[in-house]
Order: sequence, then C-alpha cells, then structure tokens
Amino acid sequence: MIDFELSDRIQNSRQMVHMVAEQMMRPISREYDEREHEKPWDFLKTMWSVSGSAPIGNDKSEAASSADGPRESNLASCVTIEELSWGDAGLYLTIPNAGLGGAAVLAAGTPDQKKRFLSRFKEGEPKWGAMAITEPHCGSDSAAIQTTAVRDGDHWVLNGTKIFCTSGSMAAEKSDGFVVVWATVDKKAGRAGIKSFVVEAHTPGMKVVKCEDKLGIRASDTAMIVFEDCRIPLDNVLGSADVQSATEGFKGAMATFDATRPLVAASALGIGRAALDFTREALERAGVTVRYGANPATLTALERDFMEMEADLQAARLLTWRAAWMMDRGKRNNLEASMAKAKAGLAVTRVTQKAVEILGPLGYSRNLLLEKWMRDAKINDIFEGTQQINMLVVARRILGYSSKELS
Amino acid sequence: MFDLELSEEQRLVHDTVASFARDEIRPLARPSDETGAIPQAIVDKGFELGLVQGALPEEHGGYGEVRSAVTGAIVAEELAFGDLAIALHLLSPRLVAYPVLDLGTPEQRARFLPRFAEAFHPAAAAVVEPRFDFDTMRYATTARRDNGAWILNGAKCFVPLAADSDVMLVLAQLAGAEQAQGAFLVERGATGLAIGEREKNMGVKALATYEVTLKDVVVPAAMRLGGDDAASLDLLVDRSRVALAALAVGVARAAYEYSRDYAKERKAFGVPIAQKQAIAFMLAEMAIEIDAARLLVWEAAWTIDRGKPATRESALAKRYAASTVLKVADNALQVLGGHGYVRDHPVELWLRNARGFTAFEGLAIV
Repeated sequence: MIDFELSDRIQNSRQMVHMVAEQMMRPISREYDEREHEKPWDFLKTMWSVSGSAPIGNDKSEAASSADGPRESNLASCVTIEELSWGDAGLYLTIPNAGLGGAAVLAAGTPDQKKRFLSRFKEGEPKWGAMAITEPHCGSDSAAIQTTAVRDGDHWVLNGTKIFCTSGSMAAEKSDGFVVVWATVDKKAGRAGIKSFVVEAHTPGMKVVKCEDKLGIRASDTAMIVFEDCRIPLDNVLGSADVQSATEGFKGAMATFDATRPLVAASALGIGRAALDFTREALERAGVTVRYGANPATLTALERDFMEMEADLQAARLLTWRAAWMMDRGKRNNLEASMAKAKAGLAVTRVTQKAVEILGPLGYSRNLLLEKWMRDAKINDIFEGTQQINMLVVARRILGYSSKELS
Repeated sequence: MFDLELSEEQRLVHDTVASFARDEIRPLARPSDETGAIPQAIVDKGFELGLVQGALPEEHGGYGEVRSAVTGAIVAEELAFGDLAIALHLLSPRLVAYPVLDLGTPEQRARFLPRFAEAFHPAAAAVVEPRFDFDTMRYATTARRDNGAWILNGAKCFVPLAADSDVMLVLAQLAGAEQAQGAFLVERGATGLAIGEREKNMGVKALATYEVTLKDVVVPAAMRLGGDDAASLDLLVDRSRVALAALAVGVARAAYEYSRDYAKERKAFGVPIAQKQAIAFMLAEMAIEIDAARLLVWEAAWTIDRGKPATRESALAKRYAASTVLKVADNALQVLGGHGYVRDHPVELWLRNARGFTAFEGLAIV
C-alpha cells in the first residue's frame, strides 16, 4: 500500500536527532571547519554515549519481519543521517561508529566475524570503523587495486598504500576500531582475487601517514594509510578465504555499496535541506513568497529557482528512501541505490551552489554557514562512487550489460 | 509507514490498463496522430475498463469503487505510455464527472452523473485561456452575479471535445471577489456560447480541442458547481496537475523505453551504441528522472488521498514531470539521430506531445 508517511518511531527519533543537530552541531559547525584536523571530543563522547552505535547495512538475518512490523532500519538510518547532516555533515561523518567498515562486515562477514568485529561498538571508549579502497593510482576502477595480501602460515601479510580513507586516522590509530582493507590475493585473477580484510587498530605495519586538507567536511579525517608487511590473522578476511572462480569475492565487497550509497545520499539531502531552509528564511524575511500554484510564465526567477531546488531535493529524497526501503524489505536494490546516490550527489551540489548564488554576499560570507554547506555538499558527488560511476552502474543495469560490455 | 508497494487491487488495475495501452492503444498512436481521428472501438473498449464510471457512486450508476488519486496516477501513466492524445480522450468525461462528484450539490450529482455511467459520454472542461500569462489563480474569464444568475464572459482554449459535449465546465474569476474562482456547468446551445473551429496544435493532434468564447452567457445560480456555498476549486486544480504529471511520466517512459531498445540494436563502430557511454549515460539519466518524477507524482496523489492541501506538492510534481518529459523525449530523439526525426519512428510524436505539458492545465483529472 503506497504510503509516504514515516512511521511514528522514525518521526519521533527524527525529532530527537534534530535537536542534537540544532543544539550540539550547529554551534560548533564553523569552529571545526576552521580548526581542520582537530576533533570536538565533547561532542564525540556525547554521541558515543547516547547512540546505540548500531551498525547499519544489509544484514540478511534481520531482513524478515519482526513482531514490530516490517524492518525499517535502513530507512531509519537515512532519516537520522539527513538530520545529522542538516546539523553538520563533517561532524556527522566523524561521529564514532562502525561506519563504512561496519557496513562491509555486515555485507560480507560471517556471523562470527560480525560478532567479533562489531560488538565493540556497544561498549567502552569511542571507536571508529573505516573502509580503505582507493589507492593513489586508482579510485573508481576499484578492481585495479595493487595492495596485496599474501598468505603466510596463519596470517595474511598486507602491503600497499590506501588514500581517501574516511575516519581512517580515528579507526587505525586513535581508537580501538578497525579498518576494512581491500586487497588482492592474486593479481592475475583480477576481480576474483580481490577480498576485504579487517585490520585491527594499532596493528604493527599499518601507519597513517597523512590526513588530507580538504575543500569541505573538514571535521572528518581523510587518511592516507600505508601497509608495510602488516600481519593479520587468517580469519580476518571477510567471508571465505577461497579465491572464487567467478567474481564472487569482488561482488561481495561491492554489495556493501548497495547499503551505503543510500546513506551517503541521505547525508547529501541533509546538507541540501540546510541550504534550502536557509534560503527560504532569507527570502521570507525579504518578503518573497513562493506562489506554488501560479502559472510558470508569471513566476519570478527567484520563485522558479526555489521551486526547482525544492523539487530536485525532494525527488532525490524519494529515490533515496526507495532504495533504503527496498533493502529493508530484502529486495535487491543495486540499481536503485546507485540512482539515489547519483541523483542526490548532483542535486545537492546544484542546490547549494544555487543557494549561494541567490543569496549573493550572504551566501559567500564565512560569517554564515551557507558557503560551508556548498563546500561540504560537493563531496557527495564524489565519494562512495562518483556521480559518473553510479551512472555507469545504472546504465549497466537498465541495459543488462556486464562491466565488460559497458565500461 | 513508508511503503511503495502497490496494493493488490492497484496491481490488478495497473496490469489491465498497461496491457490495454501497450497492445491496443499504442498501435493507434501514429495513425490517430496523422488522421486526427480516434476510432470509436478503442473509446468503447476504454470505457469498458471502468476508467470513468468505476469511481462513480452506485446510486448514479457507477461501480462505487473507492476513488484514489494514486490509482488514478498509475492508470494515467499507463494510458499515456500507449498514447497521450487517446489517453486524454478516454479520460475526458472525468473532467465534468469528477468535479461534480467532488464539489457538486446533490441535485447536480443526480442530474449530471448518470450519463457518464452509461457509455462514453463526451464532456469538456474549459480551463486554459489563450494568453501567455494564463493563471489558474486568476482567470481572465469572469462570472458576474446578475438577478440571481451568473453572467460569463471570456475566452478559453484547449477545450477538449467541446463540439460534442452537451455540458461544459467553465472556470472563471468571480467579479468583485479578487481571490475567488467559480466553476459553472454550461449547457450546449447557451446563448453567447461559441465553439470555434477545431484547434490545430503541435501535438496531441488526435485529441479534438477547441477555442471557446463566452459572451454574456447567462448561467442559472443552480448551475454553479457546488451552488452558492461552493468550495474552493484548488482541489480540482491539484487533481488536474497530478493527472497531467502522471501522463507526462507515461510519455517519458514510452520515449525512454523505445530509445533504450533502439540503442541496443543499432550498431556503430562495431558495437551497439548503447555500449557507448555518451548514449548509455543519457539513458541512465532518463531512467533516474522518470523514477524521480513518478515518486513526486505519487507523493502528491497520496497527499490528495489523505485529504490534505496539496497545492505545493501537485505544482512541484507537475513542473518536475513536465520538464522531465521534455528532456527525456528530446534525448530519446537524439539517441535515434536522424531516425528520430522521421515519422517512421514514434519519437518525434512523443517530443511534440511532451512539449505541451507546460501549457496544459485542466486537460485531465484524477
């Protein structure tokens, strides 16, 4: 039955999270944009203590309906993340939790691995999980990674360099978290040789050598991590250790994205909504009201721009909720997750840039937050699969092409 | 709770209308566009599906089905996937029947509804006016109170089936009331009502539309929709925008699917052109925007079904769908290149039809 209303549970939690965003994140937003590489520890500790820090993703064991009704954890996460990102996307990204590393464990790990790696997020000091895929010479072409994992008795030995690892510093060195590292066990096997490995924080041979200086999301650390004869236990490879004849290993790792892309899209929506709310309030103060019912030919340029921004953002939101809803219902959502991510990344990039344009000096001034949101927004068009990679995924799926047929 | 699954009933309706549109309407799209005529057989078949009488109350001869704007949007999309002009023709009786159902007095319902339950009964709504700044918030057509009756003056265009209709719903600005509009049931042959020549439009050529002028047309007070205590017409405009937006999604999907299939067949440089990113990305964008537009349409329809004000939602959905269908049809034509430009393929027809959505108002209703 088609219904666009969020459940009471999600609406209630949205209200609480919105208070956090408004009262705890907005007041320190500018400060930690300017103090790049420093962490708001009070905020992080509070978030750690209040959140259940439940990892998010496509844990099939939960997919069935529960006594409370159909599962809606992915949709709930989308709504929460939108609110937090409305507060501050950079701060949201650095909240201690299992993060993308946790999503990878959920997507590809065995029951034992899920327990071993994820239970830590419910207790003790704040911890972070991270995922390391990108390398200096390859980003979107993640099958071309050069980091190697070589078996040596009861261990894997990792060697290589990873970059653009979100929360990498927090996960690898500043907490008792972990980093999920993509590496190849057999370069000749191509995709089939790529597996993901969990490297515990503080493991000798893993070293954060740099945190990037960035355009936006400056409160979030983006690490370069070098692995030099880094030895990890044999059963830290996610899923099975066998090199599959087909592309199963790589596919398992890629499946992580089906869960995480809607979440990234949701973060984009939060930034876009912040910019839209800000613009609406500024227009209202100036006495400009948007006449939704009027003929397009009679609208002012401002009204047209604003309606376009609003519709674009809502379109992205509905695509995002659809992708999350499908995952909650145990439906395959690879196509829809990429649609949502491609649309949301582009929409929020456009919406924030247009908002800066509309508000002129108010938009450009660092006394206000709009210029920051524009800088923060752009990352959503890039990370977790660039807009173009997501378009490629969509194209392959609607055309029924393999990655060989459409590259 | 958020859910995008069609109900069992909606699924059934969808499947029935979808196959009717694909198998029976689509083959008529080109010949109807060329001749400007829609075969009576398809009109009768469409009626048999219950497109009009389904939601009319049993007491007036209908099936008494629960009316749902969401279901209406689903039906409209599928019909337009077949052909927009035929879809608008098949749905046109609703233009009078639904407003009477929604806002009419008991007497108006009893008088006007039964005719729509019997067979396909042509009916017209006169909403659009022949001006660039036509606005549903302020019609140039006026209704002035005079001795217990209303005097209507103005010009309308895009009035479908006006020549064949025995009753026409005319929307007008109430004189002396800046913000208020009224709808009036004007019967054929009223003095001062002139129906012009059939219009010649760029698209929807199979749909017979007319310019209509009203010169001091006297309408009895009882023929104002809803009588003297008539409710706001906002709901009608919202329902009309949702219907048009849904139709736009259907046209967009027709163009997208055709160009997608073509791109997989047509070879250049030794491979299907769909294997080239320049083409594949156009198709991917079409697929994303069509889904996005549909979700906005469904959300607006759902808002109406809940009885909430939906002016914002329906206006945004219509704007989004109207710009999406134009872009999709244009890109679809581009995928076919020169073949898209010739009338052997239907894509140029879809582009002509797509262009109309920014001008269309009040041509359909859910």
